[in-house]
Amino acid sequence: MIYQGKQKIWSDYQKEIPSDHWFYVRSCIRQSFFPGSEKWFLGICRDMLGHDIHETEHHTTCGGIAYHCDVIPQETAMTIVARQFSLMTEAGYKNLVASCITSFGNYIETLETWREFPELEAKVRENLWKACKREFERPEYVAHASDLIYKYRGEIAERAKYRLVNHETGEPLRVVEHIGCHYSKMFPHKGVGGAEYPCVLSGMAEAWGGQIIDYPERRHCCGFGFRQYLVKANRGYSMSNTHKKFESMEPYHPDVIITNCPGCPYFLDRWQYVISEQTGKTYGQNGFGIPVLTYEELAGLVLGIDPWDLGLQIHQVAVEPLLDKMGIEYDPKAKYLGLNEKDIMKPGLPTVLRCC
Amino acid sequence: MGKLFDELSKDPRLKEGLKTCINCGTCTAICPAAEFYRYDPRKIVDTVQRKNDEEIEALLRSETIWYCGECMSCMTRCPRKNGAGLVIMALRHLSIRLGYFTESEKGRQVWPLTKALNTNVLEYGYCVHPATFAYEDHPESGPVFQWALAHKEDVYGRLGANYQGKGPGVLRRIPQEDLDELKAIYDVTGGTERIALVEKYSRAKAEEMGMSFEEYTKYTFEHCSAGHFNSEA
Repeated sequence: MIYQGKQKIWSDYQKEIPSDHWFYVRSCIRQSFFPGSEKWFLGICRDMLGHDIHETEHHTTCGGIAYHCDVIPQETAMTIVARQFSLMTEAGYKNLVASCITSFGNYIETLETWREFPELEAKVRENLWKACKREFERPEYVAHASDLIYKYRGEIAERAKYRLVNHETGEPLRVVEHIGCHYSKMFPHKGVGGAEYPCVLSGMAEAWGGQIIDYPERRHCCGFGFRQYLVKANRGYSMSNTHKKFESMEPYHPDVIITNCPGCPYFLDRWQYVISEQTGKTYGQNGFGIPVLTYEELAGLVLGIDPWDLGLQIHQVAVEPLLDKMGIEYDPKAKYLGLNEKDIMKPGLPTVLRCC
Repeated sequence: MGKLFDELSKDPRLKEGLKTCINCGTCTAICPAAEFYRYDPRKIVDTVQRKNDEEIEALLRSETIWYCGECMSCMTRCPRKNGAGLVIMALRHLSIRLGYFTESEKGRQVWPLTKALNTNVLEYGYCVHPATFAYEDHPESGPVFQWALAHKEDVYGRLGANYQGKGPGVLRRIPQEDLDELKAIYDVTGGTERIALVEKYSRAKAEEMGMSFEEYTKYTFEHCSAGHFNSEA
């Protein structure tokens, strides 16, 4: 097909995402803060939709956070990435899907660096052999996990039990989408829609009935900044950036925020709590915050998975206002139960931010 | 051309990140760090491309190279396809190699980061792990996470994790043979050497500041002096 004008520009930022056969690598942050999302990525894509996604216990971090905190040399980071490729090769796969946006950026940066500097790839191959007696093939395709949910958004819509629609008014829910910086700001042609018009999340939300909100600071960083959050003394940077985004989106009254980076949902959720403690301000209705969800959590709700199986109880901002708008049935008494319905008490309550 | 610029030029990130900067300041306009910190990536990139060793050395010893969050927003908007964030990464790498990082408050934070992240990678196989995430260091994680951390096995188990278990899954225990491979990669690629180097310079700085190493580690993790922010008088 020959594209012209805007169609041509747009076509430069489309990705032909392979439909199946993926080697999956997990995320440091998502496992820790959104374990339900990691579980349900496989639950939805592999078990419900029947796609082939392989996981081995032997994979590890890609080293991306350590690399972007400047505590390991680039050569170390690239060799850890090469080891992940080696595990993929060993398992017989050619497509790699990363749960983490930092990882996705790290894999792409590594491959692009090797393309520019072939001598570095040769050095990394030598390193990996020396350290682990391993060899590898480069992946034919690297995707982020949100690319796959985007790819399968139609299949999810066909199975939807709930839609992103206010079940009382019939109006579409107002959705803010926040794309992790390393998804496409470094290598725009690797993200669906590029860096300026990424549609990986908006495409999902619209397929499931929601309405996307555009607001001035839509593309501003959440404020993770690696060392700017991980060092206690620097966290003012992180919170200030989140605050800037919330002040910008507030007039548009979002019902929910969705994100595709492991850190962003954590920061957009937790800094709402801290801002409320420090200033008394909340951004949702009636003293609540604005719920911040991962794309698997949103897909899971649409598919009718129990909110407490998805892990929405370990968000600090209460998700019940969103569940009520969507008309989702849930058991408030089951929210904080432990393994095998064990009573493990309940979390304390914030001073200002309203929780259920 | 100076020796420090020669050293920087060997870093592929400098080659990728600094082509023909026209000093337009778009990177500073889009930068999340520049909005809050006294930080101007345009000036940093311009200093580097002047190739003056004295000026580059001053940068390597400064606070300013540590303000960047490496979000790489600058790369998207640069009309000449430079990446100020990549230039920063090359500067930080050289500052650490030469031991200059201990001369700034933000640079000294390299030690607590080195210790925490590399311990996690080499012992748990991941950069971040609930086993080492202490609520006391992270009160912003909220009462809900204080509760989750106090009931790790139950909360993670309830959500389908294989917490510290065998086989695949969320938060599984990484087999020792795989941790051994990570350690071997660190040994072969300079990761282990980097940890030792950062510790050596940091111990010397702790002594100079009259602190025990434990006090220094805590202080550099927690202390923020006045003067870093645009909003300060």
